[in-house]
Amino acid sequence: MLSIDALTKSFGRNTAVDKVTFDVEKPAMIGIIGRSGAGKSTLLRMINRLTEASSGLIMFEGREVTALRGADKRAWQSDCAMIFQQFNLVPRMDVVSNVLHGTLNRRSTLATMFNLYPDADIHRAIEILDRLGIADHASKRAEALSGGQQQRVAIARALMQDPKVVLADEPIASLDPMNAQLVMDDLRRIHEEDGRTVIANLHTLDTARRYCDRVIGMLHGRVVFDGSPEQLTTGVARDIYGADASFSEDSTSTAIETLDRGAARALREAEAAV
Amino acid sequence: MSDLTAGQTGVARVQDVQAAYMAMTRRKRLYGSVVLIVFIALMVSGFQVADGRNAGGFWDGIGNIFQFPGEVLAEASEKIANLPGLMWEFLPSLIETVNIAAASTLLGAMGAVLISLLSTRGLAKWPRLIGVFRRVMDILRAVPEIVIALVLIFILGGGPVPAMIAIAIHTVGALGKLFSEVNENASLKPVEGLHSVGATWGQRMWLGVIPQVAPNYLSYALLRFEINIRASAILGFVGSGGIGYDLKNAFSWGQGRYDEVAAIFLLLFGTIVLFDQVSSRYRNKLIGGE
Repeated sequence: MLSIDALTKSFGRNTAVDKVTFDVEKPAMIGIIGRSGAGKSTLLRMINRLTEASSGLIMFEGREVTALRGADKRAWQSDCAMIFQQFNLVPRMDVVSNVLHGTLNRRSTLATMFNLYPDADIHRAIEILDRLGIADHASKRAEALSGGQQQRVAIARALMQDPKVVLADEPIASLDPMNAQLVMDDLRRIHEEDGRTVIANLHTLDTARRYCDRVIGMLHGRVVFDGSPEQLTTGVARDIYGADASFSEDSTSTAIETLDRGAARALREAEAAV
Repeated sequence: MSDLTAGQTGVARVQDVQAAYMAMTRRKRLYGSVVLIVFIALMVSGFQVADGRNAGGFWDGIGNIFQFPGEVLAEASEKIANLPGLMWEFLPSLIETVNIAAASTLLGAMGAVLISLLSTRGLAKWPRLIGVFRRVMDILRAVPEIVIALVLIFILGGGPVPAMIAIAIHTVGALGKLFSEVNENASLKPVEGLHSVGATWGQRMWLGVIPQVAPNYLSYALLRFEINIRASAILGFVGSGGIGYDLKNAFSWGQGRYDEVAAIFLLLFGTIVLFDQVSSRYRNKLIGGE
């Protein structure tokens, strides 16, 4: 379905993404992990064609995505929704208008300039908002919402695109643990209920392990791990992050259960000491 | 609990939201179309009124619009060999004009920084006087430069100084307003930080606000400089020297001097292009060089 072959991006002398190659045969939920600066964002931006690739190929259902230009490229972007860390909504417009932006590729510039959308689209936008549990905020300005709500508006905009692929660039990095869980649950549902492929950059290992069918680890722009969440042991994680033995994922984990885990271990250690 | 409410009432609730939003959208569209119709009607009727009051009539005159430039171009192209010499001849007046513009922009910008800080909510030293300073800026902007220049020429005699003062006064008003809008977007956190260490108002502004807003100030000031070059050329028409004076002479005694007009326009155009290039370069440097 989606196949990426030796995809490379260099900025001057720096290589942000270095010959990344992987295939996605059927819709899946894929997590990409790695240090900041490992090239995760650049990779997603290249798949969406926000950033031009320096070399390499992206193929989707037999089409060469990297060769698309003009209207074809915009049509691909409409098929391949993107969710950003900072939500990237239009703050002064209401929530439904922001969701309707998902249809921009199908509508004429003139009509959308005057905010004219078909009634059916407006109804569908509100249904999507309801599915994500924020229909009550429909007529509020996007900037009046909390971070977690804004991210769900961004997901609604992505769903409005009716995309085949959803790319999420650190979707929960700006959210508190409670909202992070809601957003990740939503992304998982998008994959399970709608059968869309979801590719998410994640900065916490436990999230990748809990929500993803497949995890790709990147270091210095290269893919250094590609496997199931079960294969993602602490040793592998140390390699991905280039960390030494002092690395412990619990110390930076944002999951609430980690607190219990930490307490249980402290208890075990205390018992062992006795 | 959310599952309980979602079951039966869920569909009804979504329909409520949809109905409410559709009603709001229809209202907005209605307002929008009314405003659009009123706008078009005003444009059409306004044009007709203005055209009716015209001495000649717009549609009769529009055909002649290229006659004068055509004449200038025709005469200038005949004497194209004179142009480099004439441009060299007018260079000292151009430098005088640019000097007037530069001095007035500099003085005006300094005044504008002060008055803009005094009239920005959250930064002003005397918050109650914000309105007063704003009205002062309005007055400085409202009086045309040419009026101030004529008054000053009457008092001080002709020359570059009255023009410089006149343009500087207008610049204080115009830049003051733009600067104060920039100030409103500045973050108050550094200012609060400096306040907490016991800094004076001047220290807070100079060290807390100016570093944040300097690139925007510079960009507006350079735009104003370009406008002031043109203003100082126009003031030459009323006797304050510079290239405007030469332009007026070349124009008014018409016959056979359109080559001089062309040379002066070329010089002015070149100057504006030059300063536009220089200013955008320095602005990029200031923003990028952090």
